[in-house]
Amino acid sequence: MRKGPPMRREPRHVGRKRIGIIAAVLATSLIAGACSSSSSTSGSGGATAPGVTATSITIGATTPLTGPAAPGYDEIAAASNAVFKWANATGGVNGRQINYIVKDDGYNPATTVSLTRELVQQNNIFATVGSLGTPTQAAAQGFLNTNKVPQLFVESGCNCWSQPQYPWTFGWQPNYTTEGKILGQYIKQNFAGQKIGYLYQADEFGQDFIKGLDAELPATSVVSRQNYDAATLAGPMSDQIAALKAAGAQVVCLGTIPAATALALLPAASIGYKPQFVTANVGSDPPTVDKLLASFSKGAAGSALMNGMISDAFMPPESDTSNAWIQAIQKVLTKYDPGAPLDGNTETGVGIGYTFIQALQKAGPKLTRAGLVSAIETDAAKFVTPGLVPLTYSKSDHFGYSGVQMMTINNGAATTMGPVYTSAISGPVKAYTGSTQPPPASMLNLK
Amino acid sequence: MLRHLLLGAVAAFGFYILTSAISSFNDFRVGEIAVYAIALAGLSLLTGTNGQISLGQGAFMAVGAYTLGVLMTHTHLPLVVDVLAAIGLSGALGLVVGMPATRLKGPYLAGMTLILALGLPRIADKYSTFFGGDQGLTVNSPTPPGTIDPQRWLSWIEIVGAIVVLILLANLTRSRFGRSFRAVRDDEIAAGLSGIHVARTKVLAFTVAASCAGLAGAFLGLSVGVVNTGEFSLTLSIYLLAGMVLGGAGSLVGAWWGAIVLVFMPGWSTSIANSFNLGSAVGANLALVVFGLVLIVVIMAAPMGIQGGIGWLGRRALSLVGGGVPAPGAPTPRQEGNEPVGSIPSIPPPAAPAAPARNIREQS
Repeated sequence: MRKGPPMRREPRHVGRKRIGIIAAVLATSLIAGACSSSSSTSGSGGATAPGVTATSITIGATTPLTGPAAPGYDEIAAASNAVFKWANATGGVNGRQINYIVKDDGYNPATTVSLTRELVQQNNIFATVGSLGTPTQAAAQGFLNTNKVPQLFVESGCNCWSQPQYPWTFGWQPNYTTEGKILGQYIKQNFAGQKIGYLYQADEFGQDFIKGLDAELPATSVVSRQNYDAATLAGPMSDQIAALKAAGAQVVCLGTIPAATALALLPAASIGYKPQFVTANVGSDPPTVDKLLASFSKGAAGSALMNGMISDAFMPPESDTSNAWIQAIQKVLTKYDPGAPLDGNTETGVGIGYTFIQALQKAGPKLTRAGLVSAIETDAAKFVTPGLVPLTYSKSDHFGYSGVQMMTINNGAATTMGPVYTSAISGPVKAYTGSTQPPPASMLNLK
Repeated sequence: MLRHLLLGAVAAFGFYILTSAISSFNDFRVGEIAVYAIALAGLSLLTGTNGQISLGQGAFMAVGAYTLGVLMTHTHLPLVVDVLAAIGLSGALGLVVGMPATRLKGPYLAGMTLILALGLPRIADKYSTFFGGDQGLTVNSPTPPGTIDPQRWLSWIEIVGAIVVLILLANLTRSRFGRSFRAVRDDEIAAGLSGIHVARTKVLAFTVAASCAGLAGAFLGLSVGVVNTGEFSLTLSIYLLAGMVLGGAGSLVGAWWGAIVLVFMPGWSTSIANSFNLGSAVGANLALVVFGLVLIVVIMAAPMGIQGGIGWLGRRALSLVGGGVPAPGAPTPRQEGNEPVGSIPSIPPPAAPAAPARNIREQS
């Protein structure tokens, strides 16, 4: 460090300058404020709710487009927007064109809240649709509900989206406890008497998932419970895997994100430990995990390590190209979101977009926020979605899908098997007997 | 000192006019600026005035925010008690951390504080039932008296907090302690020989900076409505350090500039991206690029940040208007662009005018 100059005497003439500077601060922030407030729009001409005019409806979302959570998740909002573009090209919904404003929150809840306020108070949106993330959307939940702004189809399996004090919030995917129960029942029926081990993320995702498993599996069969901290996950989880092997676990349940799935499979392979892996949907997307396995092992390992893994899905696997929904989604993406891959993220985006369009249609031409929420609560079961189970929104249940189908993974592709099961945080696991709904012909025949 | 009180009163009046004239959302933003200004002012004192580089300011904000969150969840004390506890606890932690930190310098100190920024939020993850986990702890905004807009009321509280903090810090930096801070920054041995207790001075600066961060964190929790670990990532600490340098290290007014940049930069760069029709993948990352570019440009063109640059422009304008244009080739030591704001012109800089840009921490 360079040595500084001798100490200076205290300034005497600082006062006047300081006043000028404070005035400058004020002037600048005033100008900045004026600039941004000029961008606000107010509904007019047949308006029934904020963000709605006779010819348009403005909605928004916050989602990570930058930062560690962005890869993959940044595809979702663009895929939803592809559906909106498709609807707009055919005249919009009830004559209204959908404007979708997507803002990047970098997965930082403070930013989410600031951007959500901007969307509601400056951009004058009607609702948020398809925002992503547990910590981020939990932070925005209070503000949106206080202001009676619908918070629709939040992408997270947190148990927090269905609470009576938040009537304007709706989750999208099955909550992690329901998913854990369905996997737990499958293990109980198919691997009876075997020793079971857990490896889960030490946060709400992992704990909610384990809660579901514990509800179904006899406590005496669980021989080892290992966990990891997502924030410090840096290398292969050799210790946890060694502990599971030492305890003699024959079935290992993974409540893991994709990177952690890969970091569990690698040390297991290197010590020759081959239990039956049963993985939560979040951490089992084959293309994603394959890429990570190859990257972490510098190309030495790949999709073969996932062979035989059991997981579950609430959407048809993207590898099932005979599925009409997969074909329709591919057509929408090709035309309105060119270059986007067909994977679990874009499927989710299209599903959310098309569900919102149907909710708007049900709510009718006299659109209000309360009317939209009531349309979702009463008619969601009739909505056509790519999901393997229908949406089960009701007045008392704001979780989206309430079930999953089991699947096995081999050679980098997932294959669904057996019946679709439904359940809830409490209550039994039941086989679902209904059938899936085909996509609309106008989407399937899109040129 | 009276002058600072008067300036604070003028600023408070200006903010009152400003917040009354703008929309509720812009009130929120002005409140955010005040919150960041508090954190930046503390960091500016620590780094600019006392020469200790800290990457842990965001961690101390987390301590303040969680103190408020825990107290609000489990007790029903008045808000002012919660906020004072937030200041006190983060200040106490600053004291504890500051003691070993006195033995570390420059990048080593930055490394140690980096561990704080990474490690402290993990405690909240570890004990998620107590600290609320991913969803965090819900924090209720104070209820305003009468018909005042709740957002405007919160912004006023934050602005008043910021002004009070800045008045206190301004008085502190002009006092014996401020002179000790600068003496220790400039030369620890010389300061020690002059009878200044070097370690105690450094710990004091650390404690003051941590207390400021605690207040800023508590206010941030009130603004967001929820306290969770996602708000206090390492990125926050790095942004604070960058914002402090941008505004002007060691300058309290510079803290406002840094705060304005931190609050408005993402929006500006997104509108730039939109006006050039850049894709969302490019547009979303543009904020980081613009932030980096601005940081480079500011450090190259005005090493003492925006505040230093403005001071230089102001003096330049004054000398053009009042003193006439200096003869070409005449020594013009006051136009180096590095002159600390408020320095006395009769003391020439010790180095020749062509000396390399002075260190950014010299502004007082």
